[in-house]
Amino acid sequence: MSNLRAMYIIWYRDILRFWRDRARLVTSFAQPFLFLVIIGTGLSSGLALMGGATDYNYIQYMYPGIIAMVVLFTGIMGGVSIVWDREFGFLKEVLVAPISRGAVAVGKALGGATIATAQGLVMLVFVPFVGVSISVAQVFLLIPLMFVFAFSLTSLGILIASRIKTMESFQVVMQLMIFPLFFLSPALFPVERLPSWLGVPVRLNPVSYGVDSLRQAVLTPAEGAPSLGISILGHTMSIGEDVAILALFGLIMAGLAVWSFRNQE
Amino acid sequence: MKPTSGGATLNGYDVRRQQNQVRNSLGLVFQDPSLDIRLTALQNLSFHAFVYNVPRAVARKRIEEVLRMVELWDRRGEEVRNYSGGMRRRLEIARGLLHHPKVLFLDEPTLGLDPQTRNHIWNYILELRKQENITIFLTTHYMDEAEIADRIAIIDYGRIVALDTPEALKRSVGGDVITLRTENDDRAIEEIREHHHIEARRDSDGLCFEVVNGEEFIPGLVGALETEIRSISMHRPTLDDVFLKLTGREIREEAGGEAAMKRQITLRQAGGRRFFG
Repeated sequence: MSNLRAMYIIWYRDILRFWRDRARLVTSFAQPFLFLVIIGTGLSSGLALMGGATDYNYIQYMYPGIIAMVVLFTGIMGGVSIVWDREFGFLKEVLVAPISRGAVAVGKALGGATIATAQGLVMLVFVPFVGVSISVAQVFLLIPLMFVFAFSLTSLGILIASRIKTMESFQVVMQLMIFPLFFLSPALFPVERLPSWLGVPVRLNPVSYGVDSLRQAVLTPAEGAPSLGISILGHTMSIGEDVAILALFGLIMAGLAVWSFRNQE
Repeated sequence: MKPTSGGATLNGYDVRRQQNQVRNSLGLVFQDPSLDIRLTALQNLSFHAFVYNVPRAVARKRIEEVLRMVELWDRRGEEVRNYSGGMRRRLEIARGLLHHPKVLFLDEPTLGLDPQTRNHIWNYILELRKQENITIFLTTHYMDEAEIADRIAIIDYGRIVALDTPEALKRSVGGDVITLRTENDDRAIEEIREHHHIEARRDSDGLCFEVVNGEEFIPGLVGALETEIRSISMHRPTLDDVFLKLTGREIREEAGGEAAMKRQITLRQAGGRRFFG
Protein backbone atom coordinates (compact mmCIF):
# COMPACT_ATOMS: atom_id res chain seq x y z
CA MET A 1 0.00 0.00 0.00
CA SER A 2 2.66 2.49 1.00
CA ASN A 3 4.67 1.32 -2.00
CA LEU A 4 1.74 2.09 -4.27
CA ARG A 5 1.46 5.55 -2.75
CA ALA A 6 5.16 6.12 -3.33
CA MET A 7 4.95 4.96 -6.94
CA TYR A 8 1.95 7.16 -7.49
CA ILE A 9 3.57 10.33 -6.18
CA ILE A 10 6.80 9.80 -8.10
CA TRP A 11 4.76 9.14 -11.24
CA TYR A 12 2.58 12.17 -10.52
CA ARG A 13 5.57 14.47 -10.12
CA ASP A 14 6.86 13.47 -13.55
CA ILE A 15 3.46 14.10 -15.11
CA LEU A 16 3.21 17.44 -13.34
CA ARG A 17 6.60 18.54 -14.58
CA PHE A 18 5.75 17.41 -18.08
CA TRP A 19 2.49 19.30 -17.98
CA ARG A 20 4.13 22.46 -16.66
CA ASP A 21 6.62 22.28 -19.48
CA ARG A 22 4.21 22.10 -22.42
CA ALA A 23 6.55 24.12 -24.57
CA ARG A 24 8.63 20.99 -24.77
CA LEU A 25 5.83 19.34 -26.74
CA VAL A 26 6.24 21.87 -29.51
CA THR A 27 10.01 21.59 -29.72
CA SER A 28 9.68 17.81 -29.69
CA PHE A 29 8.21 18.01 -33.18
CA ALA A 30 11.36 19.38 -34.74
CA GLN A 31 13.52 16.28 -34.88
CA PRO A 32 10.91 13.78 -36.12
CA PHE A 33 9.80 16.37 -38.66
CA LEU A 34 13.33 16.69 -40.04
CA PHE A 35 13.69 12.94 -40.20
CA LEU A 36 10.42 12.45 -42.00
CA VAL A 37 10.71 15.31 -44.43
CA ILE A 38 14.40 15.39 -45.23
CA ILE A 39 15.67 11.86 -44.71
CA GLY A 40 12.34 10.44 -45.81
CA THR A 41 12.14 12.44 -49.03
CA GLY A 42 15.84 12.15 -49.70
CA LEU A 43 15.97 8.42 -49.37
CA SER A 44 12.68 7.58 -51.03
CA SER A 45 13.65 9.51 -54.16
CA GLY A 46 16.68 7.27 -54.53
CA LEU A 47 15.16 4.00 -53.53
CA ALA A 48 13.09 1.35 -55.15
CA LEU A 49 11.87 0.07 -51.89
CA MET A 50 11.96 -3.61 -51.05
CA GLY A 51 11.40 -4.68 -54.61
CA GLY A 52 7.91 -3.25 -54.49
CA ALA A 53 6.84 -5.87 -51.97
CA THR A 54 4.59 -3.50 -50.08
CA ASP A 55 2.04 -0.86 -50.85
CA TYR A 56 3.96 1.70 -48.87
CA ASN A 57 6.44 4.32 -49.94
CA TYR A 58 9.58 4.96 -47.90
CA ILE A 59 8.18 7.83 -45.84
CA GLN A 60 5.24 5.68 -44.88
CA TYR A 61 7.56 2.80 -44.10
CA MET A 62 9.83 4.84 -41.85
CA TYR A 63 7.00 6.72 -40.13
CA PRO A 64 6.40 4.08 -37.40
CA GLY A 65 10.16 4.00 -36.96
CA ILE A 66 10.11 7.72 -36.26
CA ILE A 67 7.34 7.26 -33.71
CA ALA A 68 9.52 4.57 -32.14
CA MET A 69 12.46 6.99 -32.19
CA VAL A 70 10.47 9.54 -30.20
CA VAL A 71 9.40 6.89 -27.69
CA LEU A 72 12.98 5.63 -27.47
CA PHE A 73 14.56 9.04 -26.87
CA THR A 74 11.89 10.30 -24.50
CA GLY A 75 11.76 7.00 -22.64
CA ILE A 76 15.47 6.70 -21.96
CA MET A 77 15.74 10.39 -21.11
CA GLY A 78 12.84 10.00 -18.69
CA GLY A 79 14.94 7.54 -16.73
CA VAL A 80 18.23 9.35 -17.11
CA SER A 81 16.57 12.54 -15.81
CA ILE A 82 17.35 11.18 -12.35
CA VAL A 83 20.84 12.56 -12.97
CA TRP A 84 19.23 16.00 -13.12
CA ASP A 85 17.44 15.37 -9.86
CA ARG A 86 20.75 14.43 -8.34
CA GLU A 87 22.45 17.52 -9.74
CA PHE A 88 19.74 19.90 -8.53
CA GLY A 89 19.45 18.14 -5.20
CA PHE A 90 15.86 16.97 -5.31
CA LEU A 91 16.97 13.34 -5.24
CA LYS A 92 18.10 13.87 -1.62
CA GLU A 93 14.56 14.81 -0.65
CA VAL A 94 13.32 11.59 -2.25
CA LEU A 95 16.01 9.35 -0.81
CA VAL A 96 15.60 10.44 2.83
CA ALA A 97 11.82 10.12 2.69
CA PRO A 98 10.20 7.14 4.42
CA ILE A 99 9.43 5.40 1.13
CA SER A 100 11.02 2.38 -0.50
CA ARG A 101 13.65 3.09 -3.12
CA GLY A 102 12.38 0.23 -5.22
CA ALA A 103 8.99 1.91 -5.34
CA VAL A 104 10.68 5.16 -6.34
CA ALA A 105 12.41 3.43 -9.25
CA VAL A 106 9.20 1.77 -10.45
CA GLY A 107 7.25 5.02 -10.09
CA LYS A 108 9.90 6.78 -12.13
CA ALA A 109 9.75 4.07 -14.81
CA LEU A 110 5.96 4.40 -15.00
CA GLY A 111 6.20 8.20 -15.14
CA GLY A 112 8.80 8.17 -17.90
CA ALA A 113 6.81 5.56 -19.82
CA THR A 114 3.63 7.61 -19.57
CA ILE A 115 5.35 10.71 -20.91
CA ALA A 116 7.08 8.80 -23.70
CA THR A 117 3.74 7.27 -24.69
CA ALA A 118 2.13 10.71 -24.72
CA GLN A 119 4.96 12.06 -26.88
CA GLY A 120 4.60 9.08 -29.21
CA LEU A 121 0.87 9.69 -29.52
CA VAL A 122 1.49 13.32 -30.37
CA MET A 123 3.45 12.09 -33.40
CA LEU A 124 0.17 10.87 -34.83
CA VAL A 125 -0.48 14.44 -36.01
CA PHE A 126 1.83 13.54 -38.91
CA VAL A 127 -0.62 10.91 -40.12
CA PRO A 128 -2.29 13.06 -42.80
CA PHE A 129 1.04 14.32 -44.14
CA VAL A 130 2.52 10.86 -44.34
CA GLY A 131 -0.58 9.62 -46.06
CA VAL A 132 -1.45 6.57 -44.02
CA SER A 133 -4.83 6.00 -42.46
CA ILE A 134 -5.19 5.02 -38.85
CA SER A 135 -8.38 3.86 -37.19
CA VAL A 136 -9.40 4.55 -33.62
CA ALA A 137 -8.85 0.87 -32.88
CA GLN A 138 -5.27 1.17 -34.11
CA VAL A 139 -4.69 4.15 -31.81
CA PHE A 140 -5.93 2.13 -28.87
CA LEU A 141 -3.63 -0.68 -29.87
CA LEU A 142 -0.69 1.73 -30.14
CA ILE A 143 -1.07 3.06 -26.59
CA PRO A 144 -0.24 -0.18 -24.73
CA LEU A 145 2.41 -1.06 -27.33
CA MET A 146 4.19 2.24 -26.84
CA PHE A 147 3.79 2.00 -23.08
CA VAL A 148 5.39 -1.44 -22.80
CA PHE A 149 8.17 -0.32 -25.14
CA ALA A 150 8.72 2.93 -23.22
CA PHE A 151 8.59 1.25 -19.81
CA SER A 152 11.50 -1.01 -20.71
CA LEU A 153 13.49 1.95 -22.04
CA THR A 154 12.84 4.20 -19.04
CA SER A 155 13.93 1.33 -16.80
CA LEU A 156 17.10 1.10 -18.85
CA GLY A 157 17.52 4.86 -18.38
CA ILE A 158 17.15 4.53 -14.59
CA LEU A 159 19.70 1.74 -14.59
CA ILE A 160 22.14 4.01 -16.43
CA ALA A 161 21.32 7.01 -14.22
CA SER A 162 22.01 5.14 -11.01
CA ARG A 163 25.46 4.33 -12.37
CA ILE A 164 26.49 7.67 -13.86
CA LYS A 165 27.04 10.51 -11.46
CA THR A 166 27.72 13.56 -13.56
CA MET A 167 25.98 15.66 -16.15
CA GLU A 168 28.96 15.25 -18.45
CA SER A 169 28.15 11.60 -18.85
CA PHE A 170 24.98 12.59 -20.66
CA GLN A 171 26.62 13.09 -24.02
CA VAL A 172 28.36 9.77 -23.61
CA VAL A 173 25.04 8.07 -22.94
CA MET A 174 23.55 9.73 -25.99
CA GLN A 175 26.35 8.69 -28.29
CA LEU A 176 27.02 5.23 -26.95
CA MET A 177 23.52 4.09 -26.01
CA ILE A 178 20.67 5.85 -27.68
CA PHE A 179 21.95 6.24 -31.21
CA PRO A 180 23.24 2.67 -31.55
CA LEU A 181 19.96 1.36 -30.13
CA PHE A 182 18.10 3.44 -32.69
CA PHE A 183 20.26 2.76 -35.74
CA LEU A 184 20.58 -0.95 -34.97
CA SER A 185 16.84 -1.34 -35.38
CA PRO A 186 14.54 -1.59 -38.39
CA ALA A 187 13.37 1.99 -37.78
CA LEU A 188 14.85 3.32 -41.02
CA PHE A 189 15.39 0.16 -43.10
CA PRO A 190 14.05 -3.37 -43.35
CA VAL A 191 16.20 -6.12 -41.88
CA GLU A 192 15.48 -8.80 -44.44
CA ARG A 193 18.37 -8.24 -46.80
CA LEU A 194 20.95 -6.99 -44.31
CA PRO A 195 24.31 -8.76 -44.26
CA SER A 196 24.58 -10.90 -41.16
CA TRP A 197 27.12 -8.63 -39.42
CA LEU A 198 24.35 -6.07 -39.27
CA GLY A 199 21.31 -8.34 -39.32
CA VAL A 200 22.34 -10.28 -36.22
CA PRO A 201 22.84 -7.26 -33.89
CA VAL A 202 19.62 -5.75 -35.19
CA ARG A 203 17.73 -8.93 -34.31
CA LEU A 204 19.42 -9.05 -30.88
CA ASN A 205 18.44 -5.45 -30.15
CA PRO A 206 15.23 -5.39 -28.07
CA VAL A 207 14.41 -1.98 -29.54
CA SER A 208 13.92 -3.70 -32.91
CA TYR A 209 10.82 -5.47 -31.55
CA GLY A 210 9.43 -2.19 -30.27
CA VAL A 211 9.89 -0.69 -33.72
CA ASP A 212 8.42 -3.81 -35.30
CA SER A 213 5.34 -3.83 -33.09
CA LEU A 214 4.62 -0.17 -33.84
CA ARG A 215 5.15 -0.70 -37.56
CA GLN A 216 2.80 -3.66 -37.68
CA ALA A 217 0.20 -1.69 -35.72
CA VAL A 218 0.38 1.37 -37.95
CA LEU A 219 0.76 -0.25 -41.34
CA THR A 220 -1.50 -3.10 -42.41
CA PRO A 221 -0.33 -4.86 -45.56
CA ALA A 222 -2.89 -5.56 -48.19
CA GLU A 223 -4.43 -8.99 -48.55
CA GLY A 224 -1.84 -11.50 -49.74
CA ALA A 225 1.13 -9.15 -49.29
CA PRO A 226 3.92 -10.43 -47.04
CA SER A 227 3.93 -9.34 -43.38
CA LEU A 228 6.16 -6.41 -42.42
CA GLY A 229 7.36 -8.23 -39.32
CA ILE A 230 10.99 -9.04 -38.61
CA SER A 231 11.91 -12.56 -39.61
CA ILE A 232 14.08 -14.70 -37.37
CA LEU A 233 15.30 -18.06 -38.66
CA GLY A 234 12.47 -18.19 -41.13
CA HIS A 235 9.82 -17.20 -38.58
CA THR A 236 8.04 -13.87 -39.00
CA MET A 237 7.28 -12.04 -35.77
CA SER A 238 3.72 -11.10 -34.90
CA ILE A 239 2.75 -8.13 -32.73
CA GLY A 240 2.04 -10.48 -29.84
CA GLU A 241 5.49 -12.04 -30.07
CA ASP A 242 7.10 -8.60 -30.27
CA VAL A 243 5.24 -7.55 -27.13
CA ALA A 244 6.24 -10.73 -25.32
CA ILE A 245 9.92 -10.02 -26.04
CA LEU A 246 9.52 -6.37 -24.97
CA ALA A 247 7.68 -7.32 -21.79
CA LEU A 248 10.41 -9.75 -20.86
CA PHE A 249 13.08 -7.16 -21.64
CA GLY A 250 11.11 -4.58 -19.65
CA LEU A 251 10.81 -6.82 -16.60
CA ILE A 252 14.52 -7.57 -16.64
CA MET A 253 15.38 -3.87 -17.02
CA ALA A 254 12.94 -2.84 -14.29
CA GLY A 255 14.37 -5.50 -11.99
CA LEU A 256 17.89 -4.29 -12.64
CA ALA A 257 16.83 -0.65 -12.26
CA VAL A 258 15.23 -1.34 -8.88
CA TRP A 259 18.27 -3.29 -7.75
CA SER A 260 20.70 -0.66 -8.95
CA PHE A 261 18.70 2.27 -7.59
CA ARG A 262 18.44 0.59 -4.19
CA ASN A 263 22.14 -0.01 -3.98
CA GLN A 264 23.32 3.45 -4.85
CA GLU A 265 24.57 5.70 -2.08
CA MET B 1 22.26 3.79 5.58
CA LYS B 2 24.55 1.90 7.87
CA PRO B 3 26.54 3.45 10.74
CA THR B 4 30.32 3.26 10.47
CA SER B 5 30.28 2.15 14.08
CA GLY B 6 27.98 2.17 17.08
CA GLY B 7 24.27 2.86 17.00
CA ALA B 8 21.77 5.55 17.80
CA THR B 9 18.16 6.04 18.72
CA LEU B 10 16.08 8.93 17.54
CA ASN B 11 12.75 9.72 19.17
CA GLY B 12 13.03 6.27 20.73
CA TYR B 13 13.52 4.46 17.42
CA ASP B 14 16.58 2.47 16.47
CA VAL B 15 18.18 4.08 13.43
CA ARG B 16 19.29 0.71 12.08
CA ARG B 17 16.12 -1.29 12.49
CA GLN B 18 13.27 1.21 12.43
CA GLN B 19 14.28 3.32 9.48
CA ASN B 20 10.82 4.43 8.41
CA GLN B 21 9.80 5.49 11.93
CA VAL B 22 13.09 7.34 12.25
CA ARG B 23 12.59 9.07 8.90
CA ASN B 24 9.10 10.10 9.93
CA SER B 25 10.40 11.58 13.20
CA LEU B 26 13.00 13.83 11.71
CA GLY B 27 13.03 16.88 9.53
CA LEU B 28 16.07 17.62 7.41
CA VAL B 29 17.32 20.83 5.90
CA PHE B 30 20.36 20.10 3.81
CA GLN B 31 23.29 22.36 3.28
CA ASP B 32 22.79 22.12 -0.49
CA PRO B 33 19.49 22.86 -2.19
CA SER B 34 17.04 19.97 -2.47
CA LEU B 35 13.92 21.51 -4.00
CA ASP B 36 12.33 20.73 -7.34
CA ILE B 37 12.80 24.14 -8.87
CA ARG B 38 10.48 23.39 -11.79
CA LEU B 39 7.56 22.97 -9.42
CA THR B 40 5.84 25.62 -7.33
CA ALA B 41 6.36 26.03 -3.60
CA LEU B 42 2.93 24.53 -3.03
CA GLN B 43 3.72 21.51 -5.19
CA ASN B 44 7.02 20.93 -3.44
CA LEU B 45 5.27 20.93 -0.09
CA SER B 46 2.40 18.75 -1.30
CA PHE B 47 4.90 16.19 -2.53
CA HIS B 48 6.58 16.21 0.87
CA ALA B 49 3.29 15.90 2.76
CA PHE B 50 2.32 12.96 0.59
CA VAL B 51 5.53 10.97 1.02
CA TYR B 52 5.51 11.62 4.76
CA ASN B 53 1.94 10.35 5.03
CA VAL B 54 0.40 13.58 6.27
CA PRO B 55 -3.38 13.15 5.83
CA ARG B 56 -4.71 15.33 3.04
CA ALA B 57 -6.94 17.56 5.19
CA VAL B 58 -4.19 18.10 7.74
CA ALA B 59 -1.65 18.73 5.00
CA ARG B 60 -3.62 21.56 3.46
CA LYS B 61 -3.82 23.43 6.75
CA ARG B 62 -0.29 22.65 7.69
CA ILE B 63 1.15 23.79 4.36
CA GLU B 64 -0.55 27.14 4.76
CA GLU B 65 0.73 27.37 8.32
CA VAL B 66 4.38 26.73 7.48
CA LEU B 67 4.29 28.89 4.36
CA ARG B 68 2.87 31.78 6.34
CA MET B 69 5.51 31.27 8.96
CA VAL B 70 8.33 31.69 6.44
CA GLU B 71 6.37 34.45 4.69
CA LEU B 72 6.08 32.67 1.37
CA TRP B 73 2.32 32.13 1.36
CA ASP B 74 1.77 34.97 -1.10
CA ARG B 75 4.16 33.40 -3.57
CA ARG B 76 3.06 29.82 -3.12
CA GLY B 77 2.01 29.37 -6.74
CA GLU B 78 5.31 30.49 -8.18
CA GLU B 79 7.94 28.17 -9.56
CA VAL B 80 10.80 27.79 -7.13
CA ARG B 81 13.35 28.62 -9.81
CA ASN B 82 12.17 32.24 -9.57
CA TYR B 83 12.97 32.29 -5.85
CA SER B 84 16.08 33.89 -4.40
CA GLY B 85 18.54 31.85 -2.36
CA GLY B 86 17.07 33.07 0.92
CA MET B 87 13.52 32.26 -0.14
CA ARG B 88 14.53 28.76 -1.18
CA ARG B 89 16.19 28.25 2.18
CA ARG B 90 13.07 29.41 3.98
CA LEU B 91 10.96 27.09 1.86
CA GLU B 92 13.25 24.20 2.75
CA ILE B 93 12.93 25.00 6.44
CA ALA B 94 9.15 25.12 6.02
CA ARG B 95 9.26 21.77 4.29
CA GLY B 96 11.42 20.28 7.02
CA LEU B 97 8.74 21.19 9.54
CA LEU B 98 5.75 20.11 7.51
CA HIS B 99 5.32 16.63 8.93
CA HIS B 100 5.71 17.65 12.59
CA PRO B 101 9.14 16.12 13.13
CA LYS B 102 10.33 15.60 16.69
CA VAL B 103 13.87 16.44 15.71
CA LEU B 104 14.87 18.98 13.11
CA PHE B 105 18.34 18.87 11.59
CA LEU B 106 19.59 22.07 10.02
CA ASP B 107 22.91 21.76 8.24
CA GLU B 108 24.36 25.26 8.08
CA PRO B 109 20.99 26.87 7.39
CA THR B 110 22.44 30.36 7.04
CA LEU B 111 25.48 29.55 4.93
CA GLY B 112 26.02 32.03 2.14
CA LEU B 113 23.03 34.19 2.97
CA ASP B 114 22.95 37.94 3.35
CA PRO B 115 22.65 39.38 6.89
CA GLN B 116 18.95 40.25 6.56
CA THR B 117 18.01 36.77 5.48
CA ARG B 118 20.24 35.27 8.12
CA ASN B 119 18.53 37.35 10.73
CA HIS B 120 15.14 36.33 9.36
CA ILE B 121 15.95 32.65 9.43
CA TRP B 122 17.18 32.92 12.98
CA ASN B 123 13.93 34.52 14.00
CA TYR B 124 12.05 31.57 12.53
CA ILE B 125 14.26 29.11 14.30
CA LEU B 126 13.78 30.81 17.65
CA GLU B 127 10.06 31.08 17.02
CA LEU B 128 10.01 27.37 16.24
CA ARG B 129 11.48 26.43 19.57
CA LYS B 130 8.61 28.21 21.20
CA GLN B 131 5.84 26.89 18.98
CA GLU B 132 6.72 23.38 17.99
CA ASN B 133 8.31 21.84 21.05
CA ILE B 134 11.01 20.10 19.09
CA THR B 135 14.71 19.43 19.34
CA ILE B 136 16.80 21.27 16.81
CA PHE B 137 20.21 20.09 15.75
CA LEU B 138 22.08 22.74 13.90
CA THR B 139 25.57 23.02 12.52
CA THR B 140 27.20 26.36 11.90
CA HIS B 141 30.51 28.02 11.37
CA TYR B 142 29.34 31.24 12.99
CA MET B 143 30.14 31.42 16.69
CA ASP B 144 27.58 34.10 17.38
CA GLU B 145 24.91 31.75 16.06
CA ALA B 146 26.11 29.03 18.41
CA GLU B 147 25.67 31.38 21.36
CA ILE B 148 21.89 30.91 21.60
CA ALA B 149 22.01 27.14 21.79
CA ASP B 150 21.24 25.24 24.95
CA ARG B 151 24.10 22.89 24.42
CA ILE B 152 27.06 23.13 22.11
CA ALA B 153 29.18 20.33 20.81
CA ILE B 154 32.48 21.32 19.28
CA ILE B 155 33.62 18.89 16.65
CA ASP B 156 37.19 18.87 15.52
CA TYR B 157 38.32 16.47 12.82
CA GLY B 158 35.17 14.42 13.24
CA ARG B 159 35.40 14.07 17.01
CA ILE B 160 33.39 15.80 19.70
CA VAL B 161 35.97 17.66 21.78
CA ALA B 162 33.50 19.46 24.04
CA LEU B 163 29.82 19.21 24.85
CA ASP B 164 28.26 21.65 27.29
CA THR B 165 26.18 24.79 27.73
CA PRO B 166 27.67 27.97 26.25
CA GLU B 167 28.24 29.37 29.74
CA ALA B 168 30.01 26.29 31.03
CA LEU B 169 32.17 26.24 27.90
CA LYS B 170 33.13 29.86 28.40
CA ARG B 171 33.89 29.23 32.05
CA SER B 172 36.20 26.43 30.96
CA VAL B 173 38.38 29.01 29.28
CA GLY B 174 39.36 30.13 32.79
CA GLY B 175 38.19 33.70 33.10
CA ASP B 176 38.97 36.84 31.14
CA VAL B 177 41.23 36.71 28.15
CA ILE B 178 44.18 39.07 28.19
CA THR B 179 46.07 39.85 25.00
CA LEU B 180 49.44 41.46 25.19
CA ARG B 181 51.94 42.85 22.72
CA THR B 182 55.47 43.33 23.94
CA GLU B 183 58.94 44.24 22.75
CA ASN B 184 60.18 40.75 23.50
CA ASP B 185 57.61 37.97 23.67
CA ASP B 186 60.04 35.32 24.90
CA ARG B 187 61.12 37.37 27.84
CA ALA B 188 57.54 38.35 28.61
CA ILE B 189 56.45 34.70 28.68
CA GLU B 190 59.32 33.97 31.04
CA GLU B 191 58.41 36.85 33.35
CA ILE B 192 54.71 36.03 33.44
CA ARG B 193 55.55 32.45 34.32
CA GLU B 194 57.81 33.61 37.14
CA HIS B 195 55.60 36.29 38.65
CA HIS B 196 52.13 34.91 38.09
CA HIS B 197 52.61 31.18 37.41
CA ILE B 198 50.66 31.53 34.18
CA GLU B 199 51.63 29.95 30.87
CA ALA B 200 51.00 32.55 28.12
CA ARG B 201 50.37 31.39 24.55
CA ARG B 202 51.43 32.99 21.33
CA ASP B 203 48.84 33.72 18.71
CA SER B 204 48.44 36.04 15.77
CA ASP B 205 47.79 39.05 18.03
CA GLY B 206 50.75 38.49 20.34
CA LEU B 207 50.57 36.75 23.70
CA CYS B 208 47.38 35.67 25.34
CA PHE B 209 46.31 34.03 28.55
CA GLU B 210 43.34 33.85 30.88
CA VAL B 211 42.93 35.16 34.38
CA VAL B 212 40.00 35.02 36.77
CA ASN B 213 39.60 38.72 37.35
CA GLY B 214 41.07 40.73 34.52
CA GLU B 215 40.43 44.27 35.71
CA GLU B 216 42.29 43.71 38.93
CA PHE B 217 45.03 41.68 37.34
CA ILE B 218 46.16 44.16 34.70
CA PRO B 219 47.60 46.91 36.98
CA GLY B 220 49.70 44.35 38.80
CA LEU B 221 50.91 42.87 35.54
CA VAL B 222 51.86 46.23 34.06
CA GLY B 223 53.70 47.23 37.25
CA ALA B 224 55.68 44.03 37.51
CA LEU B 225 56.62 43.39 33.90
CA GLU B 226 60.08 44.64 32.96
CA THR B 227 59.63 43.92 29.26
CA GLU B 228 58.16 46.93 27.53
CA ILE B 229 54.44 46.56 26.75
CA ARG B 230 53.16 47.92 23.46
CA SER B 231 49.53 47.26 24.00
CA ILE B 232 47.29 45.35 26.31
CA SER B 233 43.67 44.37 25.98
CA MET B 234 41.14 42.26 27.79
CA HIS B 235 37.85 40.68 26.87
CA ARG B 236 35.31 38.35 28.37
CA PRO B 237 35.68 34.87 26.91
CA THR B 238 33.63 34.15 23.81
CA LEU B 239 32.93 30.90 22.07
CA ASP B 240 35.74 31.79 19.70
CA ASP B 241 38.12 31.60 22.65
CA VAL B 242 36.62 28.28 23.65
CA PHE B 243 37.06 26.97 20.17
CA LEU B 244 40.62 28.20 19.85
CA LYS B 245 41.56 26.84 23.21
CA LEU B 246 40.12 23.42 22.44
CA THR B 247 41.35 23.05 18.90
CA GLY B 248 44.35 25.33 18.92
CA ARG B 249 43.65 26.57 15.41
CA GLU B 250 41.97 29.46 13.81
CA ILE B 251 38.55 28.75 12.36
CA ARG B 252 38.64 27.87 8.73
CA GLU B 253 36.15 26.74 6.20
CA GLU B 254 35.88 23.08 5.51
CA ALA B 255 38.65 22.00 3.24
CA GLY B 256 36.53 19.04 2.32
CA GLY B 257 36.12 15.56 3.69
CA GLU B 258 38.01 14.38 6.71
CA ALA B 259 39.87 17.57 7.50
CA ALA B 260 36.61 19.32 8.15
CA MET B 261 36.21 21.28 11.30
CA LYS B 262 32.69 21.75 12.24
CA ARG B 263 30.92 23.01 15.22
CA GLN B 264 27.63 21.55 16.01
CA ILE B 265 25.12 23.29 18.08
CA THR B 266 22.16 21.81 19.74
CA LEU B 267 19.18 23.90 20.50
CA ARG B 268 16.72 22.26 22.77
CA GLN B 269 13.33 23.32 23.66
CA ALA B 270 10.99 21.49 25.94
CA GLY B 271 7.54 22.13 27.34
CA GLY B 272 7.23 25.52 25.74
CA ARG B 273 10.00 27.05 27.82
CA ARG B 274 13.16 28.43 26.38
CA PHE B 275 16.47 27.28 27.68
CA PHE B 276 19.25 29.60 26.99
CA GLY B 277 21.39 27.88 29.64
